[in-house]
Amino acid sequence: MSETRSETWIILGATSSMARAFARLKAEQGARLLLAGRDMAELRRLAGDMRLRGASEAEALTFDARNPATFAPVIERAEAGGGMISAAIFVGSMPEQAVIDADPALIEGVVADSFTGPARFLQMLAPAMEARGGGTVVGVGSVAGDRGRLGNYVYGAAKAGFATYLSGLRNRLGREGVHVLTVKPGFVDTAMTWGLEGMFLVASPEAVAASIERAVAKRKNTLYTPFFWRWIMLIIRLIPEPLFKRLSI
Amino acid sequence: MRWKETDYAGWGRVLSAHGRMARPEKLAALKAVLAEAPAPAIGNRRSYNDAPLNSGGAVIDMTRLDRILSFDAQEGLLEAEAGIEIGEVARLFAPRGWLPTVMPGTGRATLGGCIAQDVHGKSHHQDGSFGQHVESVTLLQGERRVSASPTRNKGLFRATMGGLGQTGVILSAKIRLTPCPGTMVRVTESRAENWDEFIALLDRSTAPYVVGWIDATARGAAMGRGILEEGELSPTLEPWPKGARRVPLDAPSFALASPVVKLFNAAYYKRVPAEGRVRERPIADFFFPLDKIHDWNRLYGKRGFYQFQCVVPPGEVEALRAIMARIAESAMASPLAVLKRMGPGRAGLMSFPMEGYTLALDFPARKGAEALIRTLQQMALEAGGRLYLAKDALADGETIRAMYPEHGEWAAICERADPARALETDLTRRLGLRSTT
Repeated sequence: MSETRSETWIILGATSSMARAFARLKAEQGARLLLAGRDMAELRRLAGDMRLRGASEAEALTFDARNPATFAPVIERAEAGGGMISAAIFVGSMPEQAVIDADPALIEGVVADSFTGPARFLQMLAPAMEARGGGTVVGVGSVAGDRGRLGNYVYGAAKAGFATYLSGLRNRLGREGVHVLTVKPGFVDTAMTWGLEGMFLVASPEAVAASIERAVAKRKNTLYTPFFWRWIMLIIRLIPEPLFKRLSI
Repeated sequence: MRWKETDYAGWGRVLSAHGRMARPEKLAALKAVLAEAPAPAIGNRRSYNDAPLNSGGAVIDMTRLDRILSFDAQEGLLEAEAGIEIGEVARLFAPRGWLPTVMPGTGRATLGGCIAQDVHGKSHHQDGSFGQHVESVTLLQGERRVSASPTRNKGLFRATMGGLGQTGVILSAKIRLTPCPGTMVRVTESRAENWDEFIALLDRSTAPYVVGWIDATARGAAMGRGILEEGELSPTLEPWPKGARRVPLDAPSFALASPVVKLFNAAYYKRVPAEGRVRERPIADFFFPLDKIHDWNRLYGKRGFYQFQCVVPPGEVEALRAIMARIAESAMASPLAVLKRMGPGRAGLMSFPMEGYTLALDFPARKGAEALIRTLQQMALEAGGRLYLAKDALADGETIRAMYPEHGEWAAICERADPARALETDLTRRLGLRSTT
């Protein structure tokens, strides 16, 4: 019907509230959505919602960051759309640091969810995006990746690894017209942070999604959201290590 | 599921609660919460009173369960999860030619909330209440899933519409939308110089959407003056207006002191020329005028405010005039005062609407407000009228039961649906509503 095929957006970790808000913005623009995650019943419900909000197509697909066998089918479905391909990565997991301290084996899962899983997926997807000469990768990291802290340094380390990976990917894909945006949200009002102590200046998932959308349009490289986290993290990064190691922030 | 220990309040902020709150984002998470501890479900807490509160207990915030489940573009039938906001439904579907048939004064009310209070809108005189356009509702009673409609599980359906969430957690509902040619409303504004003229204008109006703003500070010959707004949907298509402004902090108490309100009201009244005017306004602006200011309840300061809303039968217009005169004398009302006609339409046993006239006003929570509202309640009762359970924060159980003759039947159905009374709220406890005797 339309002259140009609609853009396909792969949404990894689509059942999170931030991903849902972002996918809804894309749905209202008529994008073709591939909603990938582990909870298929939930993803199907979400796909229906996206179609009724204007998505030209919305499909629920299995994606498990810890199971690379689930990666290729998602990429195949993206290529089947025939249009530009973009991907937004919202996966990640954050067990409490104390839980990891008690069971160090959990580190592998955290790193797979927040770093190696999505990195391997993007590595597989990259050639298809290069071939099309366009599209955007939105990689959601965290301000926690900017400096290792007492409270969540395993999660932070995984997100730091992902951020470094995204910077390299940007370096590579930028040459072919593919844009890579690294997003570093501060505290967002999601199921992950619900009821946690010490939260402040909490942003809604809708506000974060809208800021991602604007950053994609402006082809920004790194987005701190809400914006003031750029300054908060600048200060935190500037604290000298001899002092920082004694702090509990 | 993680619980959050928190302080929370209804929209009026004068009543608040402390307790545990869950906010499931997935259906599976909601089921896990209910398996652990059944608790009343709440939405955006746009009820002014203690209807969405459970002091010391738990509540389930449903706002993240807001998916659209199906839409029949031929019949205008929309099925969605309870957490979706009614203004969001309007925003998404008006450009496609459909609008919720009944929309309350705020678009931030959730689908579940609209059902639990069987809300009414500016078209009540012709469209009836929200629940009359609900085709079916799905409830979770503990781990049991039950559906009800006007033809299946009829009793449960009538107990659920306006049922204050006492028959089970409202999970989703299917509602009938109304055809909508554009995204604008053609609004005719006329001045009413006094009470009699206002009532005459209301009685004469044939418009589909009608609402009156009344100057609650005007006394003497001008008592009851105000502006009548009559709207009809227009075929004009314009982009939906963008987000709202915020109220950054609680206003100081002098912001709504009597001389300020008097000045504001006089200016607001004169803004409409004596001969009236006609203009086109976006649907959102006409139906949800206050949503343009996010958190406007903070304008009433830290102590919050009461809203008094009653409806009296058509023959009791003099009693309503006496209520209005009593308010004008008190000089305690805020600028937000609404007078409307109401038709007989109601969907549930505990629904507020009855044929007649309804008056709604805000009173900042300050000295004398409670005593005044109690007097007004008594006057409404004597006129054979009724108080709205989305608003009332001060009545006693005896008064409310006298106003809601089907209460006994309702309480009996709730008892079967929720025998452990796990869904009780501060409101139902204050008024003893779940008592079947």
